[in-house]
Amino acid sequence: MLGSEIHLENYVVEMLNIRKEFPGIVANDNITLQVQEGEIHALLGENGAGKSTLMNVLFGLYQPEKGEIRVNGKSVKITDPNVANNLGIGMVHQHFMLVDTFTVTQNIILGSEPKKGGKIDLKKAEQEVEELSNRYGLKVDPRAKIKDISVGMQQRVEILKTLYRGAEVLILDEPTAVLTPQEIKELIEIMRSLIKEGKSIILITHKLKEIMEVCDRCTVVRKGQGIGTVNVNETSPDELASLMVGREISFTTEKTEAAPKGQILSVKNLHVQDSRKVEMVKGLDLEVRAGEIVGIAGVDGNGQSELIEAITGLRKVESGSIHLNGKAITNLPPRKVTDSGVSHIPQDRHKFGLVLDFPIGENMVLQTYYKKPFAKYSVLSYKNIYSHAKRLIEEYDVRTPSEYTKARSLSGGNQQKAIIGREVDRSPDLLIAAQPTRGLDVGAIEFIHKKLIEERDKGRAVLLLSFELDEILNVSDRIAVMFDGKIVANVAPSETNEQELGLLMAGSSVVKEGGH
Amino acid sequence: MFTNRMFNILVPVISVLLGLIAGAIIMAAFGYNPLSGYQALWDGSFGDIYYFGETIRQVTPYIFTGLAVAFAFRSGLFNIGAEGQVIVGWLAAVWVGAAFDAPMIIHLPLALLASALAGAIWGFIPGLLKAKLGVHEVIITIMMNYIALHVSNALIRSVLSENQDSSDPIKESASLASNWLMEMTSFSRLHYGILIALFVAVIMWFLLEKTSAGFELRSVGFNQHASQYAGMNVGKNIILAMVISGAFAGLGGAMEGLGTFGYMPTHSAFTNLGFDGIAVALLGGNNAFGVVLAAILFGTLKIGALNMPTAADVPSELVEIVIALIIFFVASSYIIRWVLLRFKKEGK
Repeated sequence: MLGSEIHLENYVVEMLNIRKEFPGIVANDNITLQVQEGEIHALLGENGAGKSTLMNVLFGLYQPEKGEIRVNGKSVKITDPNVANNLGIGMVHQHFMLVDTFTVTQNIILGSEPKKGGKIDLKKAEQEVEELSNRYGLKVDPRAKIKDISVGMQQRVEILKTLYRGAEVLILDEPTAVLTPQEIKELIEIMRSLIKEGKSIILITHKLKEIMEVCDRCTVVRKGQGIGTVNVNETSPDELASLMVGREISFTTEKTEAAPKGQILSVKNLHVQDSRKVEMVKGLDLEVRAGEIVGIAGVDGNGQSELIEAITGLRKVESGSIHLNGKAITNLPPRKVTDSGVSHIPQDRHKFGLVLDFPIGENMVLQTYYKKPFAKYSVLSYKNIYSHAKRLIEEYDVRTPSEYTKARSLSGGNQQKAIIGREVDRSPDLLIAAQPTRGLDVGAIEFIHKKLIEERDKGRAVLLLSFELDEILNVSDRIAVMFDGKIVANVAPSETNEQELGLLMAGSSVVKEGGH
Repeated sequence: MFTNRMFNILVPVISVLLGLIAGAIIMAAFGYNPLSGYQALWDGSFGDIYYFGETIRQVTPYIFTGLAVAFAFRSGLFNIGAEGQVIVGWLAAVWVGAAFDAPMIIHLPLALLASALAGAIWGFIPGLLKAKLGVHEVIITIMMNYIALHVSNALIRSVLSENQDSSDPIKESASLASNWLMEMTSFSRLHYGILIALFVAVIMWFLLEKTSAGFELRSVGFNQHASQYAGMNVGKNIILAMVISGAFAGLGGAMEGLGTFGYMPTHSAFTNLGFDGIAVALLGGNNAFGVVLAAILFGTLKIGALNMPTAADVPSELVEIVIALIIFFVASSYIIRWVLLRFKKEGK
């Protein structure tokens, strides 16, 4: 165990030897986390390592079986989130808890409204919110409605919410997962100004880059065990990664030169509208050949989702054509598209990828349940369904108590591995992977990248959509930059860098070819 | 260790017990003797072979309407229209039963089929509107209930009788009634319908749990987006679920028309068979086997209640209160789960 050698007495929060059990598993076993006043303390661990459980214990959502929690040196029992609030602990959840149609101020005061003669004193609240916002450089308009502001702004509202309730210690649960690179930079600034004002931050993350950039110390958990705490300026990303995963991790994805063959996917002059009838894909051309990975780079909201939904039959094509292996699949229903050889790892695994209340076994045959050997004369063979699931679970290292477990109770990384297992196992001609590593830890990311490259080497066409430039640069053989509904540039990853891509993604005119 | 499965069984059982206890307290509070009240309830449903026959007869339509609501629930739909589907099913069965002459082997199945078809059509309309236009099924099914009630009354007066308040009786060859069953239960109105009800329960279980069509229905019920992504036709499944649900409820109507009554009276108000089906489905956990058990409980309470005023001087409305309390406790099952978990923790 790595010791936390510094013994200063100004710990604001101490969680000592915490143990939390759930039926069948020990989620936290002997984890110690000590946060000093005025520091940004990272809590690092793989998906399912027990980070969220530990923070939920601190926030009063779970009661630990063993261990002690101290706030400002005093032993406390945090029985529910209100107790945590009163102790000055605030949490910004990964999924925001905001009322869309309310204003920023209304959301912030929800539950602790200032009253004047039985009426809510909105004026006073707005003033207070504005003050807080200015003090920490949050730049939030207290009168704006939540539905009208960006995701990054919504997150700042969540931060304001905790500050308004008097939080001294802020828990940020994977705050950068939903942000654009620019917003991440702003968030980091905000975290720094919070520290300057004497707050302390616990940052839950598995992004090593962020830890190296802003954190003072880092506590690592692995498979529910506390591994130890390290000073960030005395460590390296490689050390952190191997502490987290328990083995050496390679950051650069190893792959051989692509050997592209015939054309698999050909998209010509495609026009697609979104649900509000706004044209999002505006005459797009794209080609993916067998044995290559084409990465689509772009800022979210430039028509990427609509493009993928159009190819997979989930969204109507207004005009233009999509061909797979020379055959038109334009506007075919999803099942026909799937049957013609397309697999799709969807962007939103909870909404599209899985039926969360189905067992993992049933999820593994979500597209193929009606085919042999899973069904014969329309009667399901659960024996075959579950033995198929068992094989995929082993092959793709899905960590689940059994194939009968509901998909809902798996961690995000394992849910994603299950989806990838299901999609890749159908041996498609075209594999579409939309943000396949979103919210996953380095171990899972490494695994998924390996699988994508394996598929490429088997001669399949892979279309990768990602907002992470690292991923695009590492995995793709060819990068198609998408801006405003069109592919504005095709570049080779070896001939470009993050800066150039960033400019292209912003619609700058450094166009190499194929632009307008 | 409480598994999910155990919870699903324990919660309804505890709800029923709590409902009965609360009912006893209410009886006592109004000066009735709860013990003799429940004694009368028991005697009135199982105390005698006649009552037993009547109880089973009452259970039969409850099984159908319970299955109907449960089936829609499992596909993510709330079919409040079981009531109207019962009425049109009843009407169709009696119509076919009275209008044709045919050997029993043709006539009876034909009348049953007619009731299922009528109920299916009554389910198809809200299903279609939901699938194509996104109109909420609850609103449409409520309206369809009123249409069923008043149209059937008009048809009974104008077509199925000569301006009478009930339809002509059905022919012997379309009847579910059985002399043998009646004689065995000292002339209760018990008929063969219960066998059909149990058979349909098995069909529902098989369809939902064992077939690829059931896989689709359950998948759509849980997550329409993922179902669409997986290549299922969401709209088709919504319509199918409502059609099957409606057919189940329609058959429930046939039980009354071809079994219990042998005709159809005009109704000044709803039969409540369909509405009670919602409670039966809820208590039965939307599972075919659970629905059968819940229907048995409801039938027992309804028939047993009839004996309470005479045998124990307790008004039969009290049973309605008990039923309402049971539903209340099932609906607040979260509290029961919470208490059970508490006990479990402290027991450790």
